[in-house]
Amino acid sequence: MRQRGPTPAPAPAPADPARAASVRAIAEGLSGVRGPLLPVLHEVVATHGYVHDDDLPVVADVLNLSRADVLGVVSFYHDFRRTPPPAHRVSLCRAEACQARGAEGTVADATERWAGSSDVEVGEVFCLGNCALGPAGMLDGALHGRLTPDRLAELTQGWER
Amino acid sequence: MTTVWVPCDAAAVSVGSDEVATAFEAAGATVRRNGSRGMLWNEPLVEVEADDGTRWGYATVAPAEAGALLAGELDASPRALGPMDEHPWLTAQNRVSFARVGVIEPTDLAAYRSHGGLAGLERALTLDPAAVVAEVTTSGLRGRGGAGFPAGIKWETVRTAQAATKFVVCNADEGDSGTFADRMLIEGDPFTLIEGMAIAAVATGATEGFVYLRSEYPHALRTLRRAIDIAYAHGVLGQSVLGSDHRFDLDVRVGAGAYICGEETSMLDSLEGKRGEVRAKPPIPALRGLFGQPTVVNNVLTLAAVPMVLADGGEAYAALGTGRSRGTQVFQLAGNVARGGIVEADFGLSLRELVEGYGGGTASGRPVKAVQVGGPLGAYLPPDRFDLPMDYEAFAEADAMVGHGGIVVFDDTMDAGAMARFAMEFCAKESCGKCTPCRLGSTRGVEVIDRIRAGTDREANLVLLEDLCATMTKGSLCAMGGLTPMPVRSALEHFPEDFGVTPDQADGVAHDIPESATSTDGGARP
Repeated sequence: MRQRGPTPAPAPAPADPARAASVRAIAEGLSGVRGPLLPVLHEVVATHGYVHDDDLPVVADVLNLSRADVLGVVSFYHDFRRTPPPAHRVSLCRAEACQARGAEGTVADATERWAGSSDVEVGEVFCLGNCALGPAGMLDGALHGRLTPDRLAELTQGWER
Repeated sequence: MTTVWVPCDAAAVSVGSDEVATAFEAAGATVRRNGSRGMLWNEPLVEVEADDGTRWGYATVAPAEAGALLAGELDASPRALGPMDEHPWLTAQNRVSFARVGVIEPTDLAAYRSHGGLAGLERALTLDPAAVVAEVTTSGLRGRGGAGFPAGIKWETVRTAQAATKFVVCNADEGDSGTFADRMLIEGDPFTLIEGMAIAAVATGATEGFVYLRSEYPHALRTLRRAIDIAYAHGVLGQSVLGSDHRFDLDVRVGAGAYICGEETSMLDSLEGKRGEVRAKPPIPALRGLFGQPTVVNNVLTLAAVPMVLADGGEAYAALGTGRSRGTQVFQLAGNVARGGIVEADFGLSLRELVEGYGGGTASGRPVKAVQVGGPLGAYLPPDRFDLPMDYEAFAEADAMVGHGGIVVFDDTMDAGAMARFAMEFCAKESCGKCTPCRLGSTRGVEVIDRIRAGTDREANLVLLEDLCATMTKGSLCAMGGLTPMPVRSALEHFPEDFGVTPDQADGVAHDIPESATSTDGGARP
């Protein structure tokens, strides 16, 4: 594959050499598949929780892409978070079918409940495919249906408010 | 020991079926995990298998009830559903693509075969590729992802294209609200999809396939990966498909939370490892698709219909349905509906039969105000339109679309003005940004709707909104920008009072049928 553009200046030494080595190993392990960038980024997030800025040149180097290409892809997709994940994640569906069952109330309740929390992150998603049993949400990756504010409180007992 | 069936479908899991399964194991039952029958309002729906094989259903079972249920204490309860194979809500349907979903264990290949699986692929391997495509053409099967493009024509284009490598790509990026049939099929009967893709490969000369599955579906991903491994182990996939000369390798790729990747060309870019931006067409993906090679791109349900088409012949499938909408559609009842779930039926039944008959009206018990058919880009229709037959052309004539058959029900507390605003807001959030009408038009749309609802210079802003809708409809690269005006215009037409607008003012706004709703350019949703 042709190297695009002029040879880039060497990247500064990564702050975390162990992480850089791990990311490099992930990228090298998947570099043989067709269109490897998304699988590599998914694996980085699965292993390290997020994509650090220092990961970008490592991935770019292994896959022979420009750093801009990698950053463009990372920033396009919601799943490739660029900050460390919180202790708990609440993702509530705000799409039409869940709105028809009162999702906006559950979303407002959760947003207020964990406002300013550093441990619990409340986010919106658009459709989890549970449209007949809404309001739907994912709590730390587990899918739940019929999520009223009361049910949400019950399921998240012990989470810092 | 009693055998108990507890669904492993994500919707059932979301309301506690895993805990129910654990409770039955603790109570001494043999637990088998099926997909869901699609009666989602009854989940967790537990079935107890009698000695004669009859499966007796029980609705909304709680873990604490396991012992009592096994002791027969729920038999007199209204939650006892009787033999599931005789349940009228199911027997009234025509389960073709969903014939095995909820019945068998999803990754039990022997059960798949004994329920008619692999007959279509076996027959396809005895035919010329051209004859396989001809069967699909004869069946009248049209793309189930929303655009309704004839599958046989697409396949023929790929078959006759000259290239060393061809691909089959399944679009399983089911991002539209109100749709979950792709997910349920993959979780409940993944071999049907794998078989359909293998038939597409045999017919077109493709040797590699990908399923592009959204990341919001972790349960489906696990089931599909397991099914693919089993299919390889049994020679359904790999170097020699069922012992033939055809090679077909299949892999799953996971999306990353971008709604636009349900549009086929953005999906292809995403599969290539790029930002999921829409491509201009032509060239069509059938000629220059994944990595520039001829590519069959079909939705999950399109491919899942193919095994039956090949097993029973195209004419048997074409005998179902109405007009140019042949076969069955897997309708999905969602939102504020009393009996939500999967209704697979021949095309041609009315919207009323679905919403009021199968659906039983709203879950809240309040009057139905509107339904949205075909996803977030579909029209809002009031009850006086419920006699529309479910038919691509009839819906297009009514400024609406069947799309993928998702139906979201709203009761009379719905604010149609807020939903119209939401349609624009969603488009602004999820636009890929490549074309201006979609990227900027959606943001301006939110602002204009806000001004109309606030009563600011209302008449002028209504004209502006219509102008904006026309620009988005005609000027957007794909159906996302092109169809976002559909919910907006239909909400304004049918519920002007929710915008603070009089019906006369709303009538002044022209309504064009968006060309992309009825076009046959092969574009998938969104």
